[in-house]
Amino acid sequence: MVDADVRLGLSGSDLAIRDKTFHSALTMTPGTLEAVAHRFLDSIAESGLQGTVTDFQDCNGIPSFTVGAAHVESWLKVAKDHCGYDLLSDCFGVDRLAFKAAHRFEVVYSLYSIEKADRVIVRAALQFGEVCPTASAIYPASVWPEREIYDMFGVEFSGHPDLRRILMPDDWVGHPLRKDFPLGGEEVEFSHNVREQEAK
Amino acid sequence: MQSSDVLAERGSTFPAGIEVERHHDPDSGADTMTINMGPSHPSTHGVLRLVLELDGENVVRCTPHIGYLHTGIEKTMENLSYYKALVLTDREDYLSNLCNNLAYSLAVEQLVDVVIPEKSQVLRVLLNELERIASHMLWLGTHALDIGAMSVFFYTWQDRDLILEIKEHMSGVRTKTSWICPGGLRGDMPSGWYERVESFLNQFPKRMEMYEGLLSNNPIWLERTRGVGVLTPQEALDAGLTGPSLRASGVAFDLRKSNPYSGYEQYEFDIAVGQYGDVLDRYRVRMEELRQSYAICRQAMKRALAMPGAPVRTNDRKIAPPPKAELDTSMEALIHHFKLFTEGYHPPVGEALGSVEGPRGEKAYYVISDGSNRPYRVRIKGPSFYNLQALPKMCEGRLVADVVAMIGSIDIVLGDIDR
Amino acid sequence: MGLETDQPFLTVSMNKVVNWARKNSLWPATFGLACCAIEMMASTDSRYDLARFGSEAFRASPRQADLMIVSGRVCKKMAPVLRQVYDQMPDPKWVIAMGDCASNGGVFNNYAVVQGVDQIVPVDIYVPGCPPSPDALIHAIMQLQEKIDQERFSQRY
Repeated sequence: MVDADVRLGLSGSDLAIRDKTFHSALTMTPGTLEAVAHRFLDSIAESGLQGTVTDFQDCNGIPSFTVGAAHVESWLKVAKDHCGYDLLSDCFGVDRLAFKAAHRFEVVYSLYSIEKADRVIVRAALQFGEVCPTASAIYPASVWPEREIYDMFGVEFSGHPDLRRILMPDDWVGHPLRKDFPLGGEEVEFSHNVREQEAK
Repeated sequence: MQSSDVLAERGSTFPAGIEVERHHDPDSGADTMTINMGPSHPSTHGVLRLVLELDGENVVRCTPHIGYLHTGIEKTMENLSYYKALVLTDREDYLSNLCNNLAYSLAVEQLVDVVIPEKSQVLRVLLNELERIASHMLWLGTHALDIGAMSVFFYTWQDRDLILEIKEHMSGVRTKTSWICPGGLRGDMPSGWYERVESFLNQFPKRMEMYEGLLSNNPIWLERTRGVGVLTPQEALDAGLTGPSLRASGVAFDLRKSNPYSGYEQYEFDIAVGQYGDVLDRYRVRMEELRQSYAICRQAMKRALAMPGAPVRTNDRKIAPPPKAELDTSMEALIHHFKLFTEGYHPPVGEALGSVEGPRGEKAYYVISDGSNRPYRVRIKGPSFYNLQALPKMCEGRLVADVVAMIGSIDIVLGDIDR
Repeated sequence: MGLETDQPFLTVSMNKVVNWARKNSLWPATFGLACCAIEMMASTDSRYDLARFGSEAFRASPRQADLMIVSGRVCKKMAPVLRQVYDQMPDPKWVIAMGDCASNGGVFNNYAVVQGVDQIVPVDIYVPGCPPSPDALIHAIMQLQEKIDQERFSQRY
């Protein structure tokens, strides 16, 4: 769609061509949870990855699959190459400290298929200190979000091209979004117990 | 030799942080120089810092540094009740407050499983589209200002101020209204509000004609934007772009069409898709979006006016406060009111995603509940965070003067990036 | 101030004339941080028109500015930058803390935000509001003008 001339700024694209660029898309209906989950699992089974899923969750209409850190890369590869999940909608971390779960951190990849208009979530379950393989070779958009997870949760990614802090200053100590990191700030007068009160 | 050394010989130094580093590559003979743009720079739309490696006037490498506006909003929301956390959503992407409110409300409404009345759905659409117009007006003014067209700024801000006054009429606040809340809206529109929106909409098409007249055929504007900052569809998808910037590259993805929320499937509108993925196409896509938003506003106005006196808040007293008048007469209402604002509600354990098409792209809130009255984790997906990832790709090999045009064209908001 | 009847000039105290010049040409630095920066821009637009009070010339370089409007939350990563911009401004210089976040941290009482910009730079005027409307900012600038009028010019050089 984009020709080399335009890229170089030489541009034969005049306004007459550009007037025809708008079109109407029909409203789409995303598939149901079961349909999306089954379609995804079929592709996973074809790639010989059945049995690697450790947990399935219904996130209010979005199927979510939890896998071990060792398998997350191959799952994402299947999602992109065989199921058409071409857009990394989001990538973020969760600290499961208060849930008393078997794992401590989760790296959540929320994937979106533009063609089918549906979403699926693949999450890697990690123990404390476990290294997660990077998804940046499959979804280049995950370079910055993974840096953010490294910054905010201290989860390291193996094979990441540029693993540095991104939001906090370079000399910052600690990982703010961990549940054992205090909220910080200054105490406001007469409010020493407000946070405990509100937690009830 | 570094320029700071030269200065040191002369007995003076630059203050730390602004020295210009020069590199000489003996193999290729190339001389490059690294300069720092931002974080206090008028054309970076906030506190974005770019480290540019330049070969003459050509950008060899561009490295964005972000985090100068990191506010800890996600962490702070974890420490507030669901209802109180809403006010922070206004303050992260500060140009699309009502879209953020809607995304967060959609997520929380899924968690507590509440159905909201029809009229609030219509008004949500109306408010979101007005917000989109306001945000695009700011984008248009500042983008043109960056490229050198000063006067557009003065005109677009007039329109933007009219929308802010519409919001002020509704809530008493110009920008951060928190008017869309879990359970519907904070309240119905005051008298005279629809007339004000109507009068704004009546003059808007004429204004659009004026903006098109100022820019669309302006030779300087075309020269500065055509063929600049090209992204192919694949590059755009790889960088995770959404919104008008992705559509300008030729990918027809709009959440209002693909995953309709708040009843968008009942409105007639087109989505604008570009062809070349350059700065000019991003401009054209947004201009067309403004017209489509105008069309949606007209339809939403018609629907809202057909429902006078209909409720705009759910009747579930656990989620939304009772009407003010009831507090004087009903003990129960008073208790509900007190409970809601002190303790709040306890959604069941679960996770929900609320995502809307904001002015900059897909705005998503992912809320995890652990059964307490405060969200266990709130993830804010800022479209600008992903859009900015495409900037190094666009910049490389281009002139340094075009960098500001590219920054303007992806319409970043630093509050959205750093959160 | 005295009018010399037979000579074409006025006599006036040095203090008065210097302060008169200073207060009517306050040039702010473009230092937009967050939400308040948008309202700061709104105050210069054609509807609010800050130019009526001599402050419309926002300078991109701190070397040409004498008023810093800290508009928005100051984060710990930004604090050294802010201080450096302030240090680069030539004397005399004034600071307006615009909005709740700049004044005292606002709603963001957490690990990332400096709880009031007065911990880093001396502040002359605090503007309440989240964000303050453009009228409030214009009012703050007029208050600052009054403050400058009452200063001894030799204290700021």
